[in-house]
Amino acid sequence: MAEALLTARRLTKAYGALKATDSLSLDVIHGEIHAVIGPNGAGKTTAIKQLSGEVASDQGTIHLGGRDITRQPMHERARLGLARSFQITSVFGGFTAEDNVAMAVQAHDGHSFRFWRRARSEAALREPARRTLEQVGLGGRGGVIARNLAHGEQRQLEIAMALATDPSLLLLDEPMAGMGPDEANRMVALLGGLKGRVAILLVEHDMDAVFALADRVTVLVSGREVATGSPDAIRADPVVRQAYLGEDA
Amino acid sequence: MSDASRTTAVSRAPAEGKAGRLETGWRAALLTCVAAALLVLPPAAEALDEAFLIGLFTRIFIFALAAVSLDLILGFGGMVSFGHSAYFGAGAYVVGILSFHAAGGEAPAWPFSLPWMESAVAAWPLAVAAAALLALLVGAVSLRTSGMYFIMITLAFAQMLYYFFVSLEVYGGDDGLSIAGKNNLPGLDLENEASFYYLCLLILVVFLLIGRRLVHSRFGMVLQGCKENEQRMLALGFPVYRYKLAAFVMAGAVAGLAGALMANYMGFVSPGLMHWTVSGEIMVMVILGGMGTLAGPVIGAFVLLLLEEILSAYMEHWMIVLGPVMVLVVLFARRGIWGWFQRGDPDG
Amino acid sequence: MSILLVLEQVLNGLQFGVMLFLMAAGLTLVFGIMGMINLAHGSLYMVGAYICATVYQLTGSFWLALAATLCASALVGIAVERIALRTLYSRDHLDQVLATFGLILFFNELTKIIWGPRALFLDVPAALSGSVQIIPGVDYPLYRLAIIAVGGLVAFSLYWLIVRTRMGMMIRASASNREIIGALGVNVPLLYTLVFGLGAMLAGLAGAMAGPVWSVEVGMGENILILTFVVIVIGGIGSVRGALLGSCLVGFIDTMGRAFLPASLGLFLDPATANGVGASLASMSIYIFMAAILVWKPSGLLPVHARP
Repeated sequence: MAEALLTARRLTKAYGALKATDSLSLDVIHGEIHAVIGPNGAGKTTAIKQLSGEVASDQGTIHLGGRDITRQPMHERARLGLARSFQITSVFGGFTAEDNVAMAVQAHDGHSFRFWRRARSEAALREPARRTLEQVGLGGRGGVIARNLAHGEQRQLEIAMALATDPSLLLLDEPMAGMGPDEANRMVALLGGLKGRVAILLVEHDMDAVFALADRVTVLVSGREVATGSPDAIRADPVVRQAYLGEDA
Repeated sequence: MSDASRTTAVSRAPAEGKAGRLETGWRAALLTCVAAALLVLPPAAEALDEAFLIGLFTRIFIFALAAVSLDLILGFGGMVSFGHSAYFGAGAYVVGILSFHAAGGEAPAWPFSLPWMESAVAAWPLAVAAAALLALLVGAVSLRTSGMYFIMITLAFAQMLYYFFVSLEVYGGDDGLSIAGKNNLPGLDLENEASFYYLCLLILVVFLLIGRRLVHSRFGMVLQGCKENEQRMLALGFPVYRYKLAAFVMAGAVAGLAGALMANYMGFVSPGLMHWTVSGEIMVMVILGGMGTLAGPVIGAFVLLLLEEILSAYMEHWMIVLGPVMVLVVLFARRGIWGWFQRGDPDG
Repeated sequence: MSILLVLEQVLNGLQFGVMLFLMAAGLTLVFGIMGMINLAHGSLYMVGAYICATVYQLTGSFWLALAATLCASALVGIAVERIALRTLYSRDHLDQVLATFGLILFFNELTKIIWGPRALFLDVPAALSGSVQIIPGVDYPLYRLAIIAVGGLVAFSLYWLIVRTRMGMMIRASASNREIIGALGVNVPLLYTLVFGLGAMLAGLAGAMAGPVWSVEVGMGENILILTFVVIVIGGIGSVRGALLGSCLVGFIDTMGRAFLPASLGLFLDPATANGVGASLASMSIYIFMAAILVWKPSGLLPVHARP
């Protein structure tokens, strides 16, 4: 696929005898929301870790925008436009929400060997941070210490941090995990609003969310891709129904 | 889940550093009193015939400098370095070795002995540079690891340096070197106890002011981010290793300066300065006073050294008290003395 | 002649390695299973040495002293674990370091109060005194051979314990994945206490055997503790096999360095300089070796296989 933003080929990662991902291939096209679903233990989180660089792959290649990033460490991939959220919320708990996002802006800005000026009074960091907080619906919450935010707000904050690095691709690992229905709806609206502006690879258990958001869906079972297609095609796929949806329903 | 009254209070006043929560007026008054007391201490001590206090406080300033430098990586950066005595001792040894050669000590492999070697203007920057270089080497290796490995490795390297100087007979081995006189500093007579006292105080204050800028700068934010959540920093695209190593080297350099002052203060240097218990003591100062703050380590140095002074005057085996006290501090007073002064801290 | 000298040094290295292994085996399990960094392990070694020395002097029987040491050090270890360390498992490493540092100060001072500041010297027990001819022309002290034999026995027993028994299965499971052990329905606090007691006993054994070789003095525990850290870093935290390999490597390198570095440098430098530089380099050799291992393998030579 010529216009693919991210191309992963034959990714494999084994933990001892267990293959978490097994020759997994995947494409993410510019601007699409691409969902990855599968039963527990299918290797979804491992795939995210391999793509983001947290875990080194045993085999396979990863290209981002035509560039081979297979051997790049996590922070290099982030600088090349891969941003991610974690399955278990990962923010700077002792910082304020605005500090959290300002840190992401600073990461994108790239100049951190500066030792004298107060970072908290730099408009170049704070303005974009405030704008991004507005964008994810945390406009009035910038001064709150992150660990005091509600769970759903912390997930929104994670999205804000990812967006503040101006990524080309968001890797989201279960952004709706642990959310109540209201919070989940807000998150679906937020992600839907990003459609077309940034590509998203979405690992999610909430099937309503997946089928509401995704342009394409890939189904993983035991570390292998069993099907990829439009949400409707996936819903109708007998293999998928048998391997996954049937069990889940 | 979140305490409503507290969150609104915090959101009204954008969070400053942790030290910023103490009411400003109260803090200014306290600071003025402390500053005034420290300024009049030398003449007052001499007038009261308690001149030993000048020396004691000089020692406190020097250890406070070392403790603040450790806090930069430990409290702000989350790097549990258990080998800070190495940089402290390295700085001291540079002063000792230079003065040894300047005095014409019989060293076989050293062809020159020059007067500049006794000048503070030359010797102290060299001490800082040597300590920084050492920290660069140790940091480059040990920062590849984290957690328990990092603690054990920094400890091991400090011990390596300790054994190196113990076995280095040229420079006195186990006994160390005695220094003929204090370094020369143009315009100031360091042999005068009070002058040396004021110089150490000045250096400490200057470093505290620099530290204040540093921890709130972009670099300081990165450092604190590494402590909060290193994985997150990597995921945001920060080359964390580089920043941590830079901070590690800075901390080592300042500890080297403290060591150079210590060599001048004591009039001799020995491997004992690099012993692992010194690292432990500096670390205790940081925790006791309150880590992750600039005032904390200073208070910690003050309290620990004063406690040692008092306990050792009354009992021979004062360590048997100090040991359990440390365990209790760790278990029950995690935020340190400075932490008690700060109200409304959310992680209380 | 020089071959024989090398052989003697190989045995010395092995004997030193055995002492390190006795320390490292218990400590690496505590690190790996409890996730706890314990600086006070050296104190158990020191306590073992002092108890052995005392009982030996009182009764005249080394074997009785050895038995007393094993019991006493295990008991002290269990007491320390129950009173102080247990509350630290859930704390971060910094708390653990500081609290166990406080324990060291306490133990060192207590030892000074009970036994006084001066070093004690022990005689080699009569049954193990003298030397044996291991190959024609080489005599080697019987006592040191006995240490090596004890080390071999302990290594084998540990292997059996860890690979063949139910407790060993639990130890292995919890060393590679701490969460799993609670899920298996194991009495975790009891397992921790047993592992800690075992480690304390081995440390006490090392201390007891060290008495007749080195002097018994306050602070002896910390010197070997830091070497033990080097061993564990090289071998990999939580790995007993790694501890064995690391101990032998550190024992060999340190012994060989001290024995041969000054002489080898003498080929290039004048003897006085060679001796000085050689001694300094030898004292650094194991740390440099550790640094090299870390650059190559940051989690040690034989890391415990762990799932993320």
